[in-house]
Amino acid sequence: MLIVAERINSSRKSVARAIEIRDAAFIQNEASAQAQVGADYIDVNAGAFVGRELECLRWAVEAVQEAVDLPLSIDSPDPAVIEGVLPLVNRPPMINSITLEPARLNRILPLAAGHGARVIGLCQSEGRMAESADDKLRLAGQLVESVTKAGFRLDDLYIDPLVYPLATHPGSAMAAMEAIDRIMREFRGVHTICGLTNISYGLPERKLLNRTFLATAISRGLDAVILDPTDNLLFSALKAGLAVAARDDYCMDYIAAFRAGRLA
Amino acid sequence: MSDILQQIKDAVITRRRAEIQGLVEAAINEGIDPNTIIDNGLIAAMDVVGRQFSDSEIFVPEMLVSALTMKMGLDVVKPLLLKKGDSRSRGTIMMATVKGDMHDIGKNIVIMMLEGAGFQVVDLGVDLTVEKLMEQIEAIKPDLVGLSALLTTTMPEMRRSIQVLKEKGLKGKVKVMVGGAPVSASFAEEIGADGYGADAAEAVGLARRLIAAGEG
Repeated sequence: MLIVAERINSSRKSVARAIEIRDAAFIQNEASAQAQVGADYIDVNAGAFVGRELECLRWAVEAVQEAVDLPLSIDSPDPAVIEGVLPLVNRPPMINSITLEPARLNRILPLAAGHGARVIGLCQSEGRMAESADDKLRLAGQLVESVTKAGFRLDDLYIDPLVYPLATHPGSAMAAMEAIDRIMREFRGVHTICGLTNISYGLPERKLLNRTFLATAISRGLDAVILDPTDNLLFSALKAGLAVAARDDYCMDYIAAFRAGRLA
Repeated sequence: MSDILQQIKDAVITRRRAEIQGLVEAAINEGIDPNTIIDNGLIAAMDVVGRQFSDSEIFVPEMLVSALTMKMGLDVVKPLLLKKGDSRSRGTIMMATVKGDMHDIGKNIVIMMLEGAGFQVVDLGVDLTVEKLMEQIEAIKPDLVGLSALLTTTMPEMRRSIQVLKEKGLKGKVKVMVGGAPVSASFAEEIGADGYGADAAEAVGLARRLIAAGEG
């Protein structure tokens, strides 16, 4: 299970403030804390800084790389920002994210290929975001085609089926589950990834829903996730989900997490 | 207030979908004016629901089911208004998510609440170009346009929309309100929008003020 650690996101007030005042220690603490508890990629986002996103993201990327040896997830929809940040990265990064919109797809893919990056592809095309499982599968097929044509291996593509809030789209979790299951079967070798916070928008005890969604999605084949690995309850659900789905040989990881005091 | 109006109001607030249509029929049979049923029953209820939502007393699905209940009641009483030739409208509002942005959940919640407040709402969907927006403004001539953006990268489209509106001499003739997670009151002011709503209930209050000011 690949973990993209999400805490360094400028939509969080404390992170935005740290970026604003160039508080490298704060950002580096966030990076190290996530690296210590199982992050595979450290996501870095400066999207809140309209008009200054590139300079802010460049600063944050350099700060994070001074603190941890992990690869980064460059979190921006803007090709110009991605282009400006890529030359700074020390390790092949994840690009978070591309869609099927030609403006994003055609500019970002060549940049990503040039840096050996992997990409997160959203099931979203011009004018629409996929809602039904059939829609998601169709757009996933188009992502697979575009990305392989651009010279990537399927192993470099992480497909995000998109998840809508249960509060407004009651069938959204099950549509995502079905899509994950079908994508993993039909495009062998590709990955599926998603964030967990959308699902619970507008509902109480959001973290409970996020955890339940994660464990269920793991049972359907989800093999990457964007989350906060320092959240022990969430991390526990992840480890338990993998064990239940027979994706943890002899439950060794589950037991190791217990010994490390990570199972809440 | 008459007992039956209070019951209609309570039914919407407590989301009793099975009962609402019977209650509205009962009110009609009592001879209560359809506009009174709408104003003092259905819309009054949605004002309470909006306030409850703003105060975090209820959750999104509860608000949506109240709006659904309100609409079911409205369906019963609306034919009577048409029969009377009373097409009294509280104003027409056009809603859209700006170009490059596909997010519609927040916008759709605002639409439900605006409809709940009795406005005529035209939903232009998502990813709307400025050109298309102008075309629709000239065709529909709304009192108010609501623009939504959930991405920081698409917020500049709001600015552009208002600029083009100015260039076309339509600024002032049609008011513009903006909203969406990354949008703020200061951003709204900076780009020359007529108002900003932080949530669906605020958007309803704002729409009332802007449209009333336009009439005055």
